[in-house]
Amino acid sequence: MIGNLPMILVGAVLIAVFSIIIGLLLMGFDRIVAARMQARIGPPLTQPFTDIRKLLAKENVVPENAIPWLFNLAPVLALASAITILLYLPIAGFAPVLSGGGDLILVMYLLTIPALALVAGGFASGSPYATVGAQREMVTMIAYEFPLAIVIIAIAWKLAAAGIALPFTLASIQANPVWSLVGPLGVIGLLILLIVLLIVTPAELSRVPFDTPEAETELAGGILVEYSGKNLALFSLTQGVKTVAMASLVVALFFPYSLAAILGIAGIPAAVTDILFFIVLITIVAFLSVSLVRVSMARFRINQVISVYWIYLAIAGLAGLLLVMTDQIVGVI
Amino acid sequence: MKIPTSFNRSLWVFHLNSGSCNGCEIEIVATITPRYDPERFGIRLVGSPKHADVLLVTGPVTKKMAPRVRRVYEQVPDPKVVMCIGTCGQSGGVFYDSYNLDGPIDQVLPVDVYVPGCPPRPEAIIYGVVKAWEKLERLEAEQ
Repeated sequence: MIGNLPMILVGAVLIAVFSIIIGLLLMGFDRIVAARMQARIGPPLTQPFTDIRKLLAKENVVPENAIPWLFNLAPVLALASAITILLYLPIAGFAPVLSGGGDLILVMYLLTIPALALVAGGFASGSPYATVGAQREMVTMIAYEFPLAIVIIAIAWKLAAAGIALPFTLASIQANPVWSLVGPLGVIGLLILLIVLLIVTPAELSRVPFDTPEAETELAGGILVEYSGKNLALFSLTQGVKTVAMASLVVALFFPYSLAAILGIAGIPAAVTDILFFIVLITIVAFLSVSLVRVSMARFRINQVISVYWIYLAIAGLAGLLLVMTDQIVGVI
Repeated sequence: MKIPTSFNRSLWVFHLNSGSCNGCEIEIVATITPRYDPERFGIRLVGSPKHADVLLVTGPVTKKMAPRVRRVYEQVPDPKVVMCIGTCGQSGGVFYDSYNLDGPIDQVLPVDVYVPGCPPRPEAIIYGVVKAWEKLERLEAEQ
């Protein structure tokens, strides 16, 4: 691990740059697609870059009631942890920069850290709107964690049952796509799990219909209400990187395929094809789980968020898990 | 303060009612509908003055609203633009001789762009934003 340190550092910097650029482009794509669905023209693709540049040039206001060190630390922490998630995910067929024995569990917990940083920033703002937003963010976090855990456990369990070593590392998921390990019942189960994961995604990113913590119309931006200038820019970057991270997680769990391997390309063209293919895949995932849903739905109340995740999605996820398990048992018999 | 070139391609707007009759509000909402789609120029309505670049003020600043208008103006981070929408903000409009006014708006805040009309049409508001851009570009040229 220590001997690899320079490689890890280079990889981390590359992934940080890649994820920030792709994340902002995804946000621009999302805004264009949403505009087209509402019969508008929409902003240019590079609009998020313009927004970030503008925010970086603006004044950074720290409110009088805020706790300054925590208020300023939260955006940095959120961005850093969002990039860290991507270090554990395989990007475009390349092996993850960091890996250990229980990466999936680690990723699940790392996914909560940007949200926790937001909550800390919200409470540190000293504004009642931000406090209400932070409480709602915590409740949302508790709500979506359970279905997310079911999906991850189901896939790891399937790999373990198929006798694959290190079922919790994303590299072994990449080497053995789950779809190739299951029978027809398992395919139905996996499809249900995929849909559950796609519905967890907007809550993870706090987008409509699960943007209750930000709720622009009632909470005036909720957690982010007191943030301005540089700090708000960092939170927007975090939003982009988190979109890439969640989409990469979906791709890594369910579509760990390499176009170059299918087409039989090798060398540098293979890397280019795979990167492009990966970008197309995460764009599709982001479109299905963020843009399409956010245009077609209104916001849930916070108690509805709980019942959606703890009742409907938990039942759906458990049903998917049961189908995958039944498939395994039937297959063995 | 140096104004970045990206500033006028990404104007985030906060709307403040200082005692208006709600006519201008309706026209502002009409301006952000798909028909006019100001998002294609990067214009967005935001919910918090801390996120805003442009403060849209409507109405003839009543006595009770004047301190609040000042506070919201102070909360908008620099650089910022103030647009006064509607006749009320310029002269008091039909309320011009009311006992209850601290306005018009330019008695309370430094206003950059005036959009007259009772209420102004969405086209007029968009024209006002274009005027604000021109003013920003003039300021950039002077720097």
